[in-house]
Amino acid sequence: MKVNLNVKRFDPESDGSTRFQQYDIDMPENSTVLDALIHVREYVDATLALRCSCRSAICGSCAMRVDHRARLACKTKVTDIVSDEGQEITIEPMGNMPVIKDLITDMEVHWSKVRQVVPYLRPTGPPPEREYIVSNEAMLDVAGAVNCIQCGACVSDCPVLEIDKSFIAPAALAKAYRFTGDPRDGTKKERLEMLSNVEGGIWDCTRCNMCVEVCPKDVRPMDRIMQLREQAVAAGVKTNTGVRHGTSFANSVRRLGRLDEMRLFPESVGMFAVPRLLKELPGAFRMLWSKRLMMWTHAIPFAHKPIPGIKHVRRIYDQARSEKKEHSK
Amino acid sequence: MKYAFWPGCVSKGACPELYDSMILTSAKLGIELEEMYDGNCTGAGVISEHEPELADVLNARNFAIAQKMGLDLVNICSTCQGVQSMVQEKLDRDEEHRAKINAQLAEEGLEYKPGLVIKNFMWVLVEDYGLDKLKEKVVRQLDGLRCGPFYGCYILRPSRILGMEEHPERDNYLEQIIEAVGATAVDYEGKDKCCGFPILTNNRKNSLTQAGTHIASAKDQGADCLVTPCPLCHLNLDAQQPSAAEVIQRELGVPIIHLPQLLGLAIGIDPKLLRMNRHVVGTQAVLDKVLATVEA
Repeated sequence: MKVNLNVKRFDPESDGSTRFQQYDIDMPENSTVLDALIHVREYVDATLALRCSCRSAICGSCAMRVDHRARLACKTKVTDIVSDEGQEITIEPMGNMPVIKDLITDMEVHWSKVRQVVPYLRPTGPPPEREYIVSNEAMLDVAGAVNCIQCGACVSDCPVLEIDKSFIAPAALAKAYRFTGDPRDGTKKERLEMLSNVEGGIWDCTRCNMCVEVCPKDVRPMDRIMQLREQAVAAGVKTNTGVRHGTSFANSVRRLGRLDEMRLFPESVGMFAVPRLLKELPGAFRMLWSKRLMMWTHAIPFAHKPIPGIKHVRRIYDQARSEKKEHSK
Repeated sequence: MKYAFWPGCVSKGACPELYDSMILTSAKLGIELEEMYDGNCTGAGVISEHEPELADVLNARNFAIAQKMGLDLVNICSTCQGVQSMVQEKLDRDEEHRAKINAQLAEEGLEYKPGLVIKNFMWVLVEDYGLDKLKEKVVRQLDGLRCGPFYGCYILRPSRILGMEEHPERDNYLEQIIEAVGATAVDYEGKDKCCGFPILTNNRKNSLTQAGTHIASAKDQGADCLVTPCPLCHLNLDAQQPSAAEVIQRELGVPIIHLPQLLGLAIGIDPKLLRMNRHVVGTQAVLDKVLATVEA
């Protein structure tokens, strides 16, 4: 079939500008995007630079943006992207990292964050006589995170990293969970405190699911970040706005059956965080004014009426929470 | 055509203009809504962070209420859709889990049985109502209005639980609806990214930088306004827009329109009844483009 690739090129030894180059080639129907790119490099244009190795979605070398999404080129069939023969496929290097040449990026951004989360076990206490024994169940829980092949696809497409370089980003946070979730590690609380309080930590994730979407190995990095948050709350890391936000949210639903937005903000940043609250005042007034009478009940605290079945909602809460308590005992 | 209507917390709280415009627009389109007055908050993904099991029961309660009404469930919030689809997938797949959750609903005489249809209003319009029928209802072609679609994360991702296999064009419905009412859909960088709202309290700068950047990218592509099916996105994009403009140090002033408001304008509802005058960023420029002016 005819395959039409539109590849973003960058050569650091020329003038440093980027350009798109078109390659029209003939490939078998079942070709992957990587097959097509290798064909170009071998038979059409030897100057095209790309990184690949196993061609089987194991090594994680060939992550790049195909049709504006980070994917493994070896795991993406041409026909996954285009429905009509000859339709253009845009190929770009990964985002959120500097480009070395053409489709090859410098992944130091990613590795530095992996180092930041201390990616090795730190057992405490005296070592066991023989090997450490871990239950199957505990290992299954971290197995999802262990599946990560460090390809960088989620790092490439993370919208938070785009605007804040300090964000630890999905892959390294999933890696962090691999250790906080491992019963052999003795520094869980220390890790969770660091991950909660450091700049760019777990509470800066917006839960946008981009990493879940682009991950070729179903690591679901965002779900690991949510597990880290759950662990942080359970471990008693309480000084954080993110924790207070969650608590305030849940309490509001328990009280009313629904969310009370007007209380969520002050309760999240802290009732005594006066400078921060003052900063938000103009915004709050702006909103109340623009919506005028429609929202007047909101301006009065505690004016929300609970839903009719509120007693059932509260019962559900109490039951779930007492079960959780039992479980943690 | 009748649905169990889950309005979500925000349309009954900080975005009352969404609720009002939804009621009027659906009525005029001939879509009957029976409101789930006793429904509870989905948890917006926040409760599930800390107490996943609790979030599952709360959502199952809503599903069971809709099933008791004998109707498909329609929501008007991308976040509600994402959370509901996520919980439903878990309940439908795992019988043991479902039984455990149902045990907690039994006292109220409720039970969730797999297979409830849960659809955002945007999906209902394209899949159930039909764009051709919608086009017939249009009395005011929104020619010349350039709209940037803004989806909201949870209605797009993770695609595996959002019925994208059966309905592969769900990531393009906003554009289709915008074009169906005669307006032009503007393509821009941030349309499927995060508005930043979930971290507004925790990291204001990051949150508003995201909102501001996406609005600016739409503006640079010539958008007159953004259209969104998500009231949480609306909060960050509209109510916080002046602050976002300060954070990214750019003039913005781009009106953010709820999806039912856009439809309402096209099918001839008075903009004042659609509460077009109750936005933080004034919508007059949009109205000027599509019809005679309305009093602010």
